[in-house]
Amino acid sequence: MNPRRQKRLMAVIAVITLVGGAIAMMLYALSQNIDLFYTPSEIIDGKNGQVPQVGQRLKIGGMVVPGSVVRDEETLKVSFQLTDTGPTVTVEYLGLLPDLFREGQGIVATGHLLSATVIEADEVLAKHDEEYMPPEVAEAMKGIKHVKPSESSSY
Amino acid sequence: MWKWLHPYAKTEKVYGLCQTLLPWFALPALLCLTTGLIWGLAFAPADYQQGDAARIMYIHVPSAILSMSTYAAMAIAALVGMVWQIRTADMAVAAIAPVGAIMTFIALFTGAVWGKPMWGTWWVWDARLTSELILLFMYLGVMALYHAFDDKQQGAKAAGVLALVGVINLPIIHYSVEWWNTLHQGASLMKLGKPSIEADMLWPLLLSLLGFVLTIATLVMLTLQNEIIRRELHRPWVQKLAQGKS
Repeated sequence: MNPRRQKRLMAVIAVITLVGGAIAMMLYALSQNIDLFYTPSEIIDGKNGQVPQVGQRLKIGGMVVPGSVVRDEETLKVSFQLTDTGPTVTVEYLGLLPDLFREGQGIVATGHLLSATVIEADEVLAKHDEEYMPPEVAEAMKGIKHVKPSESSSY
Repeated sequence: MWKWLHPYAKTEKVYGLCQTLLPWFALPALLCLTTGLIWGLAFAPADYQQGDAARIMYIHVPSAILSMSTYAAMAIAALVGMVWQIRTADMAVAAIAPVGAIMTFIALFTGAVWGKPMWGTWWVWDARLTSELILLFMYLGVMALYHAFDDKQQGAKAAGVLALVGVINLPIIHYSVEWWNTLHQGASLMKLGKPSIEADMLWPLLLSLLGFVLTIATLVMLTLQNEIIRRELHRPWVQKLAQGKS
């Protein structure tokens, strides 16, 4: 490679490494703000030494604890518990739930902290995993039967 | 070692190469895309959790994967153009950018359409979605810079710098779902180890992916030919071509 090309190649590599390094450091510094949500253990034990304050607006993500979904008889009010690895947090929500909302499903809720472990949500989004399989396979492997959202009145 | 490549620095040679290769890409592209999509959208089994809504992945996944691969290809062309100062490579950057932008747009659009029924929202500012949106802006920026200068040589230089710097976004998009917690799920296909998609659904997906690859190649060759003609109008071989065809 002739020296002029080598010089240009070096310049390109230098610019990319510098900008890349700058962006990497920026993302690292912002990493806790880039996370979309708190997990239940982060709500209770705090994240990076900071426990969220009561009244703070936040997003929480976790798995709906099976058997914890309680629906109000007259309104759309629903409350359920979220967990990740240990502690659970209660979410209260008034509104329509997404089709994928089920017990054992991962969800992300936006709302504010009512007390240390209770969140009043104004939006609930369902998360799904990266596994795709036909219903028969899922039934054979995991014993999960696919229920059409329209037919699943009780979760 | 690279001697055989040297003639392809000439635009005339590249134009001819595109001309010969076009049918070999266009026809298989049409074939793979139609069979892959019909198989996926109509005959592959529905997902156990999401039902028929998961079928949109036969469009979403290939366009999302390839929006990133296309960017990598564009950045390599920009590097070649910058270091070896080959004008044909600059033209390739200009040809690849709009095709990649369209792929990114398809990925974002199908993702929003998929997100509404499944997640419950069209859009959420999580790391994956945001970084993919930035990718679209990078493509648009490259296109805008290239065309912003009257002197195309200078425009290509500026666009090339932007294209190269934007490469940093690619690992961020890919690893966003691992580095941060996001609403978007992890990778099903582009990871080490077995794909988390059952074989009945994987094959139509791979066929559709191949169809997208070939379609992108076809489109890039067509736009590259256009770009070459546009910039080489004054050359005798282009004028001869124009007279011979009309």
